Amino acid sequence: MSLRRLHLIALLPLAAALSGCNFVVLAPTGDVAAQQRDLLVISTLLMLLIIIPVMALTAFFAWKYRASNTTARYEPEWSHSTQMELVIWSAPLLIIICLGALTWMGTHLLDPWRPLDRISADQPVPADVKPLDVQVVALDWKWLFIYPEQGIATVNDLAAPVDRPIRFHITASSVMNAFYVPTLAGMIYAMPAMRTELNAVANSPVDSRGFSSNYSGAGFSGMSFRFRALDDAAFAAWVDEARTSESQLTRANYLELERPSQNVPVQRFAAIDPTLFDAILNLCVEPGKMCMSDMMAIDAKGGQDMASVTNTLPLTYDKHSRRGTVLGGQANYVVGICTPEDLSTALTLSAAKPARGGDLAPVQGAGLPLPALNAPSFTPIRLPSSAALPGPRRPSNS
Amino acid sequence: MSSAATPASDAPVFFDLNEHPHPEGHSTSLGFWIYLMSDCLIFAVLFATFAVLSGSFAAGPGPRELFELPLVALNTSMLLLSSITYGFAMLTMEKDRVAATQAWLAITALFGIAFLSIELYEFHHLIAEGATPQRSAFLSAFFVLVGTHGLHVTFGTIWLFTLMVQVKQRGLVPGNKRRLMCLSMFWHFLDVVWIGVFTFVYLMGVLR
Amino acid sequence: MTEQPTIAPSFLFGRFTLEAIPYHEPILVATFIAVAIGGIAVLGAISYFRLWGYLWKEWFTSVDHKRIGIMYMVLGIIMLLRGFADAIMMRLQQALAFGGSEGYLPAHHYDQVFTAHGVIMIFFVAMPLVTGLMNYVVPLQIGARDVSFPFLNNFSFWMTVSGAILVMTSLFIGEFAQTGWLAYPPLSGIAYSPNVGVDYYIWALQIAGVGTTLSGINLICTIVKMRCPGMTMMKMPVFTWTSLCTNVLIVATFPILTATLALLTADRYLGTNFFTNDLGGNPMMYVNLIWIWGHPEVYILILPAFGIFSEVTSAFSGKRLFGYTSMVYATVVITILSYLVWLHHFFTMGSGASVNSFFGITTMIISIPTGAKMFNWLFTMYRGRIRFELPMMYTIAFMLTFVIGGMTGVLLAVPPADFVLHNSLFLIAHFHNVIIGGVVFGLFAGIAFWWPKAFGFRLDPFWGKMSFWFWVVGFYVAFMPLYVLGLMGVTRRLRVFDDPSLHIWFIIAAFGAFLIALGIASFLIQIAVSIKNRDKLRDTTGDPWDARTLEWATSSPPPDYNFAFTPVVHDLDAWWDMKHRGAARPLTGFRPIHMPRNSGTGPILAAISFVLGFALIWYIWWLAALAFVALLGTAIAHTFNYNRDFDIPADVIARTEEARTKLLAAQVNA
Repeated sequence: MSLRRLHLIALLPLAAALSGCNFVVLAPTGDVAAQQRDLLVISTLLMLLIIIPVMALTAFFAWKYRASNTTARYEPEWSHSTQMELVIWSAPLLIIICLGALTWMGTHLLDPWRPLDRISADQPVPADVKPLDVQVVALDWKWLFIYPEQGIATVNDLAAPVDRPIRFHITASSVMNAFYVPTLAGMIYAMPAMRTELNAVANSPVDSRGFSSNYSGAGFSGMSFRFRALDDAAFAAWVDEARTSESQLTRANYLELERPSQNVPVQRFAAIDPTLFDAILNLCVEPGKMCMSDMMAIDAKGGQDMASVTNTLPLTYDKHSRRGTVLGGQANYVVGICTPEDLSTALTLSAAKPARGGDLAPVQGAGLPLPALNAPSFTPIRLPSSAALPGPRRPSNS
Repeated sequence: MSSAATPASDAPVFFDLNEHPHPEGHSTSLGFWIYLMSDCLIFAVLFATFAVLSGSFAAGPGPRELFELPLVALNTSMLLLSSITYGFAMLTMEKDRVAATQAWLAITALFGIAFLSIELYEFHHLIAEGATPQRSAFLSAFFVLVGTHGLHVTFGTIWLFTLMVQVKQRGLVPGNKRRLMCLSMFWHFLDVVWIGVFTFVYLMGVLR
Repeated sequence: MTEQPTIAPSFLFGRFTLEAIPYHEPILVATFIAVAIGGIAVLGAISYFRLWGYLWKEWFTSVDHKRIGIMYMVLGIIMLLRGFADAIMMRLQQALAFGGSEGYLPAHHYDQVFTAHGVIMIFFVAMPLVTGLMNYVVPLQIGARDVSFPFLNNFSFWMTVSGAILVMTSLFIGEFAQTGWLAYPPLSGIAYSPNVGVDYYIWALQIAGVGTTLSGINLICTIVKMRCPGMTMMKMPVFTWTSLCTNVLIVATFPILTATLALLTADRYLGTNFFTNDLGGNPMMYVNLIWIWGHPEVYILILPAFGIFSEVTSAFSGKRLFGYTSMVYATVVITILSYLVWLHHFFTMGSGASVNSFFGITTMIISIPTGAKMFNWLFTMYRGRIRFELPMMYTIAFMLTFVIGGMTGVLLAVPPADFVLHNSLFLIAHFHNVIIGGVVFGLFAGIAFWWPKAFGFRLDPFWGKMSFWFWVVGFYVAFMPLYVLGLMGVTRRLRVFDDPSLHIWFIIAAFGAFLIALGIASFLIQIAVSIKNRDKLRDTTGDPWDARTLEWATSSPPPDYNFAFTPVVHDLDAWWDMKHRGAARPLTGFRPIHMPRNSGTGPILAAISFVLGFALIWYIWWLAALAFVALLGTAIAHTFNYNRDFDIPADVIARTEEARTKLLAAQVNA
């Protein structure tokens, strides 16, 4: 009957699929992605236990009890059976109990925040191997990868040594993206002013693609990058190649880089500003902006006094041109008197002290008395008044 | 629902031959109540938002610096009193005393306007000091939560005046009583919401 | 993109300039010309046949739930054409943009297309169609003469229309949002979407949302208060039950959407910092809030479809519904659980493992009552006499298709699996699998099922079957490749592709979309052919399917007052019970029936809301102020009208019923 035709057509894509496409999700090279794939397959099989009988019964009942088949039993009033009810509620329940247990374990074991304890199924992480830290910044519309250990950075080019755990620290500069290298591990959102983490490992050399998997605006389609897993020698060569680059990732360069651009070719930076990632994360790469960490430390203490309401300056640039809102006036940012140069001190301080409640950098607002200048690396911004600042203060402006 | 005419025999009755129409406005109370619950959800979202953002001062002033509890207490008393006077209006309405009802409604409106005036004064004062809704997420959440409540009171007051005109035109006909009943629920609902605002926004903000 | 020149808004036109008219985009110009010609033809025809007065008096201002229901359906079908045009454009772009080709849509246009597709399909196709069916059927099923608040019903409908028109306006004046259908900030904030697109999105949804919320309140009251004597809650037809749950969900979630969008509006207009990156704002809060609305929303759509399938299965199997009680409990459980799963839409946001697994497992738990429902339908067919009319065909197709969608849905609820499939085309395939396989098939089943009730003649079966096969086959051809592409790691909303091995799948998917287009065309032809052949397809019994619930007890189409005498219910399948116990239709003793009067206030208020929305989008403040005052004034003026009801005289009813008696007699003799 006609239903069979339906099934045949449904099977067509599956049949064609066998002809050999790159099912990266089903055949990844990274151990984490492989475990995720296993969970996917097991869950599917578990559910097919109930789906296939239901589909078969549907087709069978539809055929058997068709009106033209007058030999089939007809019981128009039969509408209840306690045994049947028990079965139809408990069968899905049992499957879901299994699946729920699997989910609970899988979710905890494959939590992206969890440091890896194995490189592959039969290979635990050696005690002396530290994960490779990679700081990932989703920019409009390209990816910045900072390698603090190697002191290099790249745009749209990610490489990692085989069999060494990688720890990605992920953030974004303006809007939400998702960092996804299918062959390596599942995706995780990249969000401005927030840090997400992804622990993964590549188990064999591979040359593959990664991309943003959360729509982020006009240049989204071109926001992909090359991902390579290399053996140690090749990785060292790759790092050396970056080191020969003429450009360096300074704050000024970063502010140029973060401007919206599409289909960006690979760039390499021979040196990096080690505080840059934290500054990006805390939205204070631009000079004069208060870092989120400072802001949160102040907020945790209940805010400041009334005078601090004027502690803001007009924001003239926010990746895209920003004009404020029609009824709310000019957009502002909070002035931080700790400058970027000061951040390094602040970072070492915050490493030593608890994240919250510790006495972080002294923060005062415009129009307030400036703090005593005792730290040598501290460069105060001289504010004429609480109002507008002269233009040259903001070199990143065009 | 009218009951079916009881048959003499055991033969089942399939049609109600003797029915009476649903009285006008028979579901209005239920409908208005459900509307209030949906409105309550709007406030729930605003309260939740405020809770999330209640510590995000963006290095600006917090509730201790911003709020003046005596003023808010005065404001609260205005709204509470308006609820009481609305209660009196409903009591007199039950007795069909048009003039007294109108008088109580007018007093309620006055309290409502007093509440709104104090709130506007407070807003004006904050904005003049620079504590604008744009300054921090905390202030955004504060202005929008309290402002939404204020908007509700404003519309309640407009509605109150409309009803006073209608009562004047037609007296306390069932339709008007029903409307007064709905506004009464609305008004007390706003009172309850304000208790929440007063507690969570002002008291807990300042005392924390 | 960067450093766009700032133009100060003018007083008279706000930020509207002639540049806002997309005359430089040939696709839009052609669309506009087509729409204009079509529109002029329709308007001209209405004028030529002098139908304006009739339409205004009998339809636009009607408070009759049946007419409002039909108008909702018309709105949904018109918007389906728009939403589907967007779908075809996307499929075409993705099938073309390979091997260095940019396709034919620039990012600015393509991003609007996929946003508009999602928004329109959910808010202005699925919602009106579902609401329309509920509006039409529920009062009839519970033996009521109208809904609790007939005027409000009319107003709700026109607010939905107003929102829909606002979305359509964005096609030709300005632009629509380029954010995806849920407009996540910070992208949808003023900093990254400074133009009118997101404002169109916000105001269209807000205006339509008012209508949806009020119609939800209205239908809850109707179901709770207006059931005929004897119809206890556990004797309500399943469709009424699912409608009740859907409307509870509407009332309990749409305010959340309203509030969330209002906060986004405050960010965009007032410069507040709810969802900004700076100054303490928190974009993740928006994502949470919007999904607290968004997940129940999908159940708002699917529950009535479940109700339709229940009615259809039992009617066409000639059998009582199996497990009515467990069906009802399953519906209620789904209703409650739908609130506890929202986080599964963003497992990848980096919540801890415990949070993720909690929401993953609650999601899976929903599949238990859903599975129970599936078995209930299955055992309703068991030992039945199944007639494969169109509604039943859709039901079988649903049962076979929906289980696949359900399975992939549970798969996506496993957080580690979601990490590799989230935002991929696998996800797209999944939710189209449940929405087309569930909601759309359900709506088509419902339309075919209740069409004879609404118009007094059946739909043409041949074109119905054409439509059915094109839809079903088209669905599989269009979306199975998307499952495959998802497993190949292809993400959603991409505009161009590099990997040539993906190309074939996109071509197959585009072909599937083309088949679905034929399905839609067949559906429209089916309606046209059926209207043309209405005398051949005529049903005079009022019960063409030998069905079971009360809506089939009255004539087709039902008279204004639905039932001359309110039915009294003794059994779950009330009409089946009446038929089998020989309930005689009373032929005398008619009484006047109290009915609500039509009102033009609904369309007027909605028109003013449209103006208000438009003025706010374009920053035309004087017009916004004027519209706001007019809105308030009209609403207040409406409350001064105390004369809202009238009586249908007994002799009119007697005449109407007499005519039906003759028809029925002719039926018996023939």
